[in-house]
Amino acid sequence: MSEVNITKTIDARGSYCPGPLMELVKAIKRGQVGDVYELLSSDNGSAKDVPEWVNKMGHELVYCREEGDFWRIAVKKTK
Amino acid sequence: MTRRIIIVGGGVAGTMVANRLAKSLENEVYSGELEVVLIGNTGKHIYQPGFLFMAFNEGFLEQFAREEKYLLHPKVNFVMDAARHIDVDRKRVITGKQSFDYDFLVIATGSYPDMESVPGLAAGGHTFYTPEGAERLRHEILNFQGGTLLVTIDVPHKCPVAPLEFIFMADDYYRETGIRNKVKLKYTYPIGRVHSLEPVAKWAVKEFEKRGIEYEVFFNLEKVDPEKKIAYNMDGSEHPYDLLIAIPAHRGARVIQDSGLGDEDGFIPTDRYSLKMEGQDCVYVIGDATDLPVSKAGSTAHYEADVVVKNLISELKGLPATHRYNGKAFCFIETGLNEATYITFNYKQPPQPVPPSEMLHWFKLSYNEMYWLSARGIL
Repeated sequence: MSEVNITKTIDARGSYCPGPLMELVKAIKRGQVGDVYELLSSDNGSAKDVPEWVNKMGHELVYCREEGDFWRIAVKKTK
Repeated sequence: MTRRIIIVGGGVAGTMVANRLAKSLENEVYSGELEVVLIGNTGKHIYQPGFLFMAFNEGFLEQFAREEKYLLHPKVNFVMDAARHIDVDRKRVITGKQSFDYDFLVIATGSYPDMESVPGLAAGGHTFYTPEGAERLRHEILNFQGGTLLVTIDVPHKCPVAPLEFIFMADDYYRETGIRNKVKLKYTYPIGRVHSLEPVAKWAVKEFEKRGIEYEVFFNLEKVDPEKKIAYNMDGSEHPYDLLIAIPAHRGARVIQDSGLGDEDGFIPTDRYSLKMEGQDCVYVIGDATDLPVSKAGSTAHYEADVVVKNLISELKGLPATHRYNGKAFCFIETGLNEATYITFNYKQPPQPVPPSEMLHWFKLSYNEMYWLSARGIL
């Protein structure tokens, strides 16, 4: 994973509302093509929600892995 | 020597903090030991949840607005002037006409809905998150003869339950006016469920299906063609509409951006428990102005105000600021024109809506009036 150049890490641990995915959507909407956003989420739902959203919107999931009590998920803006 | 607390912003958060401070430290403010200054850029205080009722012709702006000076404790020094620059290094706030030094600062500058956040949205869409927007939308809703009413939601935005309330009220409204069969109601949401909070999403979907409200998830408005009346999703799909109601992305106040205090959206990095601005000992941030992972809503501002006021009092008395915000929010949710439910949650406890009832609707309407007691720092 060391070769991934993270544009910004979003720490959404402990968030219910508006939710970790919403934080990611916000960052991607404002970002540039090629940016990679890393999301830290303690919500188990994120491991499913984020890849689904990325797939539907046509962006790229770089990784999605569990680290202790939270998830570390990176997404590349592709368009 | 007089110590000075400056509160920038005269919305629910700023007004509540100013009043509670003045009331709690009455001896100090009357003796001149402490000065509480509230800087606000308007003399009108508006209860924003009223916009929803205005859109459905259930009230007018006058009903939801009061003169700020009449809401404030007599010893709060109200400065009606726009804050232009906040200098946290020099502990100074500069307005259009004056400059104020402070011992403690409370930033309560709120947020605003940015209709320019999506190309074509300002020309092609409506919003009920501003008084002018609610008034314009009321005209559209009352004159709507049928067609597709599309609701889109961007992030971040304030009061995440208001769009749900809107669609349920629209459903009721058009049933009552007898044209529901000519109105296609379509609700969209940016992620894979209809609300970011799962229990709310599950409950809302059941309501949608019961009432014949269409919904689409993974909908991120990217642009609007106001001529053709088409909304475009980030995934490239086209969505024709007759009436577009958008909850646009919200931004932090101009003064925050001009002072270099916020993130790219103008929200201030804030400690989620102490409510102090990151890296600043004498600056608290409250309400929509924070970057906290909680709803931007009057309710959160209310609970945050409790913490900020207690901590300011402690610090003024030479004690450590030990009170902590736990992310608490409480939201009424109007589920139509005659029923409501509510949710309450915090950083650790997710919400669970209760069955809607007429009683809760009346409680919400009562709170619309009781709000003024909250702003005064009484409730």
